[in-house]
Amino acid sequence: MSTTIYVPADAAALSVGADAVAAAIASEAARRGQDVRIVRNGSRGLFWLEPLVEVATATGRVAYGPVAAAGVPELFDADFLSGGAHALGHGPTEEIPFLKNQERLTYRRIGLADPLDLDAYEQLAGWQGLRRALSLSPAAVVQEVLDSGLRGRGGAAFPAGIKWKTCADTAATQKYIVCNADEGDSGTYADRLTLEGDPYSLIEGMLIAAFAVGASEGYVYIRSEYPRAFRVFSRAIELAEAAGFLGADAAGSGRPFRLHARLGAGAYICGEETSLLESLEGRRGQVRVKPPLPAVSGLFGRPTVVNNVVTLATVPVILAHGATGYRDFGLGRSRGTIPLQLAGNVRRAGLVEKAFGLSLRELLQDFGGGTASGRPLRAVQVGGPLGAYLPDAALDTPVDYEAIAAIGGMLGHGGVVVFDDTVDMAAQARFALEFCAVESCGKCTPCRIGSTRGVEVVDRLRRGEDAPGQAALLRELCTTLIDGSLCALGGMAPFPVLSALDHYPEDFGLAR
Amino acid sequence: MSSASLKPATMPLQDPGPTPAERAAVQAAIDACRALPGALLPLLHAVQDALGYVPASALPLIAQALNLSRAEVHGVVSFYPHFRSAPPGRHVLQLCRAESCQAMGGGALEALARQRLGIDYHATSAGGAVTLEPVYCLGNCALSPALLLDGELVGRVTPQRLSELLDTLETAS
Ligand SMILES: Cc1cc2nc3c(=O)[nH]c(=O)nc-3n(C[C@H](O)[C@H](O)[C@H](O)COP(=O)(O)O)c2cc1C
Ligand code: SF4
Ligand code: FES
Repeated sequence: MSTTIYVPADAAALSVGADAVAAAIASEAARRGQDVRIVRNGSRGLFWLEPLVEVATATGRVAYGPVAAAGVPELFDADFLSGGAHALGHGPTEEIPFLKNQERLTYRRIGLADPLDLDAYEQLAGWQGLRRALSLSPAAVVQEVLDSGLRGRGGAAFPAGIKWKTCADTAATQKYIVCNADEGDSGTYADRLTLEGDPYSLIEGMLIAAFAVGASEGYVYIRSEYPRAFRVFSRAIELAEAAGFLGADAAGSGRPFRLHARLGAGAYICGEETSLLESLEGRRGQVRVKPPLPAVSGLFGRPTVVNNVVTLATVPVILAHGATGYRDFGLGRSRGTIPLQLAGNVRRAGLVEKAFGLSLRELLQDFGGGTASGRPLRAVQVGGPLGAYLPDAALDTPVDYEAIAAIGGMLGHGGVVVFDDTVDMAAQARFALEFCAVESCGKCTPCRIGSTRGVEVVDRLRRGEDAPGQAALLRELCTTLIDGSLCALGGMAPFPVLSALDHYPEDFGLAR
Repeated sequence: MSSASLKPATMPLQDPGPTPAERAAVQAAIDACRALPGALLPLLHAVQDALGYVPASALPLIAQALNLSRAEVHGVVSFYPHFRSAPPGRHVLQLCRAESCQAMGGGALEALARQRLGIDYHATSAGGAVTLEPVYCLGNCALSPALLLDGELVGRVTPQRLSELLDTLETAS
């Protein structure tokens, strides 16, 4: 009897040798005359265990990790094909506390099967949201998304339903759905995980959006730093098209919907939606002045819904289970679940999808298990490179858009980067300004020039030159950036800088 | 971006235009992409995938095919860090400089790479073995620090691992 073994082919798993592990399992099984079937699944998001090998046993899937190719014979010796005990064994995958204690809705399928296998997608409740959507009127679909309370997961947290309604209400012969898969924020990988690990869920979400607003063309803008995600997602489009989900009569709806994957070219600013549209049109990624909103006049001047990967990939589960089922998760104005991404110096790094409302401390301790180095935690950057640095004292704040904003932070795309006590916060402040200078689109003077001035001021502070004077100058520069920037790159780059100054003045040679 | 700026003294009086190989690659990219809406980025990607860079001498061809001015095409090529205007070394090493990798010792890797290769970012080591480039997040932040070597993602990089990788690059071609 053949045993099924899962070895992820996700880029992260591959980056630590998953291909070699799969090859070693195949050859060792052949050598021992054991019949195995190796499935290359997506990642479960338990990255600290990658490569995470799972064996399908009579009592369910059993996990081993992190597995190295050289350690494979030992696993066979321990009879892992029957779920045998081994130092790298974690028992049933679903019982691993990191996974068991999550509320996975958007990521309910991640890592379960070969991501490109359409039959597996169908078996794992795929296309249910789309089928229900097609049984409703477009306006009713928009209403479901409105009622679910879903807010954009790309960073700005704008209600998705309002955007869709604006686009639906704008008359035009041609409309577009654009998926923002630029995922530029450091410390985030949720979009990549979906593109590689559950691409049909994004296609399903885009089909639903297209039906709801009356769009016939879609683009997915994937950053060039994700070459594998681009390849996998492009293949998913081909397969979905061959199966009739995309094309002239998309999913039997009687309407056309065509989808295209496009590659970015290394510019962080192209994650900003209007800059992304410029880039898709073949121009420099410079930010457009709003209004007009993209929902009224977006790609090629047509009404366009621009949503993040996670936003769109969450739509199918909302439609399948109804708006109320989704909005029952969460608190306040943050409804549903959010995929948080643990990164940096943390013992158990990985994707944690939870209902809004758990505290940052629960996230970092219960799921993250403290720092990877074992040293004391000193700072946490939430929400990417434009997010504030938070000290330990702030960690009892709940994961909620408004609560984190109230302490001067930003939840953004859900990245959480941990630093231990070896971090130099003045160096982090300097980096934030340098990043702003490197990535500025050049339209606003404070962002283009002020950021470089800021780097010089931090350098003087770090050399101990005129500390109080330079600190005052740095704050003034930050105010200029906040007030004089067209978009959040210049407008929010001061947040990591000011939070570092406020919470860690000693690192700048200033008195506490 | 650095090696593209020729000194005035060495600037040829007349641009010799693309080499036959460059011209062929650019023409193939034009044929494959010109009909796409917003064709310029896909076209530039196709050229760089074929050649490893986007030759400056090919910009007039591209501009003409897409009905753009040469300045517009140049403006786009120079805006995007991904596009190179000169051939890279035999290998391209892209180190993640962003926060998650910083928190896990990325700074030491940067210092090591610079010292071993004897170059800073945006440069190619003597003998043309390795081009060193910065990147800002590879989406491998749970396995930081990370790098891309010739487009392949590597995670949990230690100084020792980077040293071994550099050894293979400097000896192999
Ligand atoms: C500088 C900057 C970078 C951004 N980068 C991204 C990004 O990488 N991915 C993303 O989805 N949104 C990004 N955004 C937010 C987008 O502008 C936009 O709000 C989002 O794509 C809308 O989708 P959503 O409502 O589903 O979040 C960025 C915004 C700014 C100002
Ligand atoms: S703030 Fe910076 S990135 Fe944003 S529009 Fe202005 S110059 Fe461009
Ligand atoms: S910060 Fe380096 S991979 Fe994300």
